[in-house]
Amino acid sequence: MNAVVEEHHDDHHDHGPAKGITRWLYTTNHKDIGTLYLWFSFAMFFVGGICALGIRAELFQPGLQIVQPELFNQLTTMHGLIMVFGAVMPAFVGLANWLVPMMIGAPDMALPRMNNYSFWILPFAFGMLISTFFMEGGAPNYGWTFYAPLSTEYAPPSVTFFIFAVHLMGISSIMGSINVIVTILNMRAPGMTLMQMPLFVWTWLITAYLLIAVMPVLAGVVTMMLMDIHFGTAFFSAAGGGDPVLFQHVFWFFGHPEVYIMILPAFGVVSAIIPTFARKKLFGYDSMVYATASIAFLSFIVWAHHMFTVGIPLAGELYFMYATMVIAVPTGVKVFNWVATMWQGSMTFETPMLFAIAFVILFTIGGFSGLMLSIVPADFQYHDTYFVVAHFHYVLVPGSIFSIMAAVYYWLPKWTGNMYDETLGKTHFWLSFIGVNVTFFPQHFIGLAGMPRRIPDYALQFADWNMISSCGAFLFGFSQLLFLFIILKCIRGGQKATERVWDGAKGLEWTIPSPAPYHTFSTPPKDMAEAHG
Amino acid sequence: MRYWLIDCYTPHLKIVKLGLKTKASMLFNNVIVLSLNGVSQMNNLKQLRHYLLLPMLLFCQTASADFSFWNLRKGVTEISREVYDLHMLIFYICCVIGVIVFGAMIVSMILHRKSLGVKPATFHESTKLEVAWTIIPIVILIGMAVPATSTLRDMYEPGEPDLDVEVRGYQWKWQYTYLNDDPAKEIQFISALRTPQDEIQNRAGKGEHYLLDVDNPLVVPINKRIRFLITSNDVIHSFWVPDFAVKKDAIPGFVHESWAIVEEPGVYRGQCAELCGKDHGFMPIVVHAMEQEDYDNWVLEKQEEAAKVFEIVGKSWSTDELIEKGEEVYARNCVACHQTNGQGIPPAFPSLVGQGIPVGPIAEHIDILLYGRAGTAMQAFGQQLNAAEIAAVVTYTRNAWGNNMQDSVQPKEINVMMASQ
Repeated sequence: MNAVVEEHHDDHHDHGPAKGITRWLYTTNHKDIGTLYLWFSFAMFFVGGICALGIRAELFQPGLQIVQPELFNQLTTMHGLIMVFGAVMPAFVGLANWLVPMMIGAPDMALPRMNNYSFWILPFAFGMLISTFFMEGGAPNYGWTFYAPLSTEYAPPSVTFFIFAVHLMGISSIMGSINVIVTILNMRAPGMTLMQMPLFVWTWLITAYLLIAVMPVLAGVVTMMLMDIHFGTAFFSAAGGGDPVLFQHVFWFFGHPEVYIMILPAFGVVSAIIPTFARKKLFGYDSMVYATASIAFLSFIVWAHHMFTVGIPLAGELYFMYATMVIAVPTGVKVFNWVATMWQGSMTFETPMLFAIAFVILFTIGGFSGLMLSIVPADFQYHDTYFVVAHFHYVLVPGSIFSIMAAVYYWLPKWTGNMYDETLGKTHFWLSFIGVNVTFFPQHFIGLAGMPRRIPDYALQFADWNMISSCGAFLFGFSQLLFLFIILKCIRGGQKATERVWDGAKGLEWTIPSPAPYHTFSTPPKDMAEAHG
Repeated sequence: MRYWLIDCYTPHLKIVKLGLKTKASMLFNNVIVLSLNGVSQMNNLKQLRHYLLLPMLLFCQTASADFSFWNLRKGVTEISREVYDLHMLIFYICCVIGVIVFGAMIVSMILHRKSLGVKPATFHESTKLEVAWTIIPIVILIGMAVPATSTLRDMYEPGEPDLDVEVRGYQWKWQYTYLNDDPAKEIQFISALRTPQDEIQNRAGKGEHYLLDVDNPLVVPINKRIRFLITSNDVIHSFWVPDFAVKKDAIPGFVHESWAIVEEPGVYRGQCAELCGKDHGFMPIVVHAMEQEDYDNWVLEKQEEAAKVFEIVGKSWSTDELIEKGEEVYARNCVACHQTNGQGIPPAFPSLVGQGIPVGPIAEHIDILLYGRAGTAMQAFGQQLNAAEIAAVVTYTRNAWGNNMQDSVQPKEINVMMASQ
């Protein structure tokens, strides 16, 4: 609809953005909404980060010093929920909003009004979730995985607000992903086939399907909790004929695809950045697409590997172990393809490239620990220890979050029209890189040595590594203030960016001026050779 | 042999040389991090030197130890050793793959730079290569799956248990029941954290087994197949003894089993491994494995104790005796929620001072202790405490903190109430 209307306009008489706050409240412009998502996610990143620093401050030394166990459990829970649903997911939706239309030569997202709704639900959802900190009984304290019956019979009263917040986030995600799918399938520039789309578009298409498939499952499981808490059902209560383990099955049927929702778009980002700075076409485009699709498919059939210790029969354990191990194959293909893209390239190491390379290395380390975790007998020792914490932080922080940072540095000149400060950017990278590794690498050791996760205090033999880990966490946390400063500085001014920005960059978004005009591709682009790198 | 005991978490770094204690009395029979009183202050230079020494000490000390600061322990069962070997095998394979992949990346980053004037190659696919790096990982994975499957089958191997122990998780302690066809011979006790609040709140130096010490450890004979029947009374817990490579969730309403044949006498320590509420970090598991003979003696002792309890429950108690005993019971079972001062942590854990149950009718007070309150964290203590303990703690809470109800209840009356239900 929008696209049709726009075609009647002359490019020189574009609608500019509305003035004042209404620009942001009523906007249907994909770039504005992308910006809103990204700032929202950045704010949540700091809120979740403050929770994390509370946790690490308490764990700096044995004994209880700063937070008591009740608050500690609230902090771990809220850290997880806010980072997963508030920081990482909205950041990728923000990137999709900004980039998908520009990459496929579309004037906007297919459903702009719904786009506005799906963003504006989020501040309410998270406002409500965060307000539970100030409620009687405190915020959710049952872990971000909220296992029943700890989250039902034994939960603080705020659990109902938590359930409502999760419903809202789910609605937002589903609307967002419908929008992405419709946009990609219907609004590609004429002549752009699916297999010509940039990998970021491909990974988002697949991610959007994952979201549509599993968000209703999450909504289902929290609704079952709601029924158990308020309406006398007993889905998860053994006393009423239910089964607490059913909760875990339903949760992880959502939860495992969810972790790929947070990593597949990251694969897309890295697959855009590495070829640019290696000045060489992405190696194995087709196999990248197939690998992404395989990972998405496998994500639906491995959920019980999060539950190896709940008492699954031998045949079940073996099946879930084998299925999980298979994920290493398509993931390996991706890593090898990135290395092959770098191989014999002509590389330069600007900030986005540094983040992208760190992504490949550190994500692979997270993959190795993932492979170790898939081995059931060994998992009995690793399960619910800091080894698991180290594993998923390696795939989420230097994985997802590094890729988001790489994306911000890479496309920031296109968004703002200004180059960011390269020296500061590199400083930010190195501080983050060191901070992340000092934080999370020692957690492998304390986990193997036997420290369970989600404990506010620990035995004395874990003291040294915890202290090191806490130091790293503060370094990483405070480095992000530098990131904020760099972005603000870049918005305010700086060396003007060219259209192409990076000399090796390929793709339609690099054919439009920098900063990208408020409306782009009102008439579809002709030159499909630009479409993919 | 001499070993270093290192205090590395207090502001004053202290290193003290101590002799090795007997193996049975030491959990981690090599390096122990320990807070020691009465150690003289060292000067700054010395502290710095010791601080630099610390990581080195840790690593060389642990290289040959059963316990490690940075790796799994081998443990004391055949299964736990198999698991350890499997863990190391997978780890080494990952290392080799890592060296190849990261090596290629590093070489590429060194050689293929624009600043060296390198012109980019133009290749962007190779079916042969892509097939190769799909097939080779599959082969490696099969190589990993074979030993993993065999270890897992060993773990699931059915066998006739020599001893059945029911392990029941509570918020936040464990109850062990030695199942016996003759109920009179059944041994049952609660095992809770022994570390005092003063150590946790940093009002006292931390002891050797800080947070890993319990009042009543689980006692098992060595070289016998012990079957753990694991369940829970409230939320999900997880029973984990790293040295046995046993970790199994304790799920309310369901019983799962796991087993171990312990090969060496010793004290083995673990913790609850599933988030179970406020004091999840404070419910350790301690297992004493001993020779059959010692175990038999312990069983006799426990059975005598049970007889003594029978006697205690039967006698008449003075109010003072009840209050004294009650304070002790309260400190062990109630403080986690209701706090030492009785004020609780409302709303989840209500205050007991001047309001609610302790100043209401005594029958209701006894009832909530025996049967708990559904939908709250208040447990049914009827299965955990004996009648004397229930009577004592009821009497104590009705008269402590200025509640001053001036009433009491005898253990005998509790028994009557329990029997009538």
